[in-house]
Amino acid sequence: MENALFEYLLRLGDDSLILGHRLSEWCGHGPVLEEDIALTNLSLDLIGQATSILEYAGKVEGKGRTEDDLAFLRFDKDYRNLLLVERPNGDFGVTIMRQFLFDAYRKPLFERLVNSSDEMIAAIAAKSLKETKYHLKHSSEWVIRLGDGTEESHNRIQEALNSLWKYAAEIFYEDQVDEELKKHGVLPDMDSLRKDWESTVHSVLEEATLKIPDNNWEQEGGRKGLHTEHLGYILAELQFMQRAYPNMEW
Amino acid sequence: MSNKEWPLWEVFIRSKQGLSHKHVGSLRAADEQMAIENARDVYTRRSEGISIWVVASANVFASDPNESDSLYEPANSKLYRHPTFYDVPDGIEHM
Repeated sequence: MENALFEYLLRLGDDSLILGHRLSEWCGHGPVLEEDIALTNLSLDLIGQATSILEYAGKVEGKGRTEDDLAFLRFDKDYRNLLLVERPNGDFGVTIMRQFLFDAYRKPLFERLVNSSDEMIAAIAAKSLKETKYHLKHSSEWVIRLGDGTEESHNRIQEALNSLWKYAAEIFYEDQVDEELKKHGVLPDMDSLRKDWESTVHSVLEEATLKIPDNNWEQEGGRKGLHTEHLGYILAELQFMQRAYPNMEW
Repeated sequence: MSNKEWPLWEVFIRSKQGLSHKHVGSLRAADEQMAIENARDVYTRRSEGISIWVVASANVFASDPNESDSLYEPANSKLYRHPTFYDVPDGIEHM
């Protein structure tokens, strides 16, 4: 049970950490000042979530690793984030679509984790849910605005959807880790969560006049530690300081 | 690519229940919904507020600085409107 819980916390925490890092890359590069600040706000929310989730993961593991050890001193194969969140930022459309597909999953997830039998997870979920509700509102409105906007914005966000769609299915990847935690009431039923995700995604995409691509190839791997080359570059930047100057604090 | 700038909005924030909304600055947004969201992100990062108003800057009509003589001078000569002849009793704060 402890092993499964540790593994699941890495999945949850690494999603927040890696997407938070990706969004931080927008700092100073946003399309307008207002959106620059909005994206970095999202980033800070996610990094804050990662901090509390990984801190708890370290305690569950019981080997004395802190949240910083877990964030900065693991190798790429030890990360459990979705491939979706390590996708490069691309243009603003790609960043927003990636965010939307992710937020549409995280909001119903946290809504359910609030009732988890694990009190720590329930507490983290309650705090994160408030942030995630706003994230989903922000990303859905942008998807609709861009999809239903000009010809150029429509084409770009449609292309973003086409390129990201194959990574969305991994959101619902399940293995014995989930099975065991579901038995203990830590995790919710994934089927109803998936229905919620689909209904959010379909209604927003419809309003945005966007089409789900016909190609339904599903690319997965992140949950098992099999990542794309992009994670290596993220970790190079994320971990540089701790690797070059071990135990450095500031 | 279009270079048209989004319209400008004036942002008003109420910091506490019971206080009035105060002008805090302006920002650009495509519509009023986006203006509220942007205001939330730009102006309430440090828990500055509990309520936001946005007003399209185009809808704000301002007084003309060139007319300040005729607008504000007349009040200066009406000393009786300023309660400066009263002694404020001891113990009265915030006057």
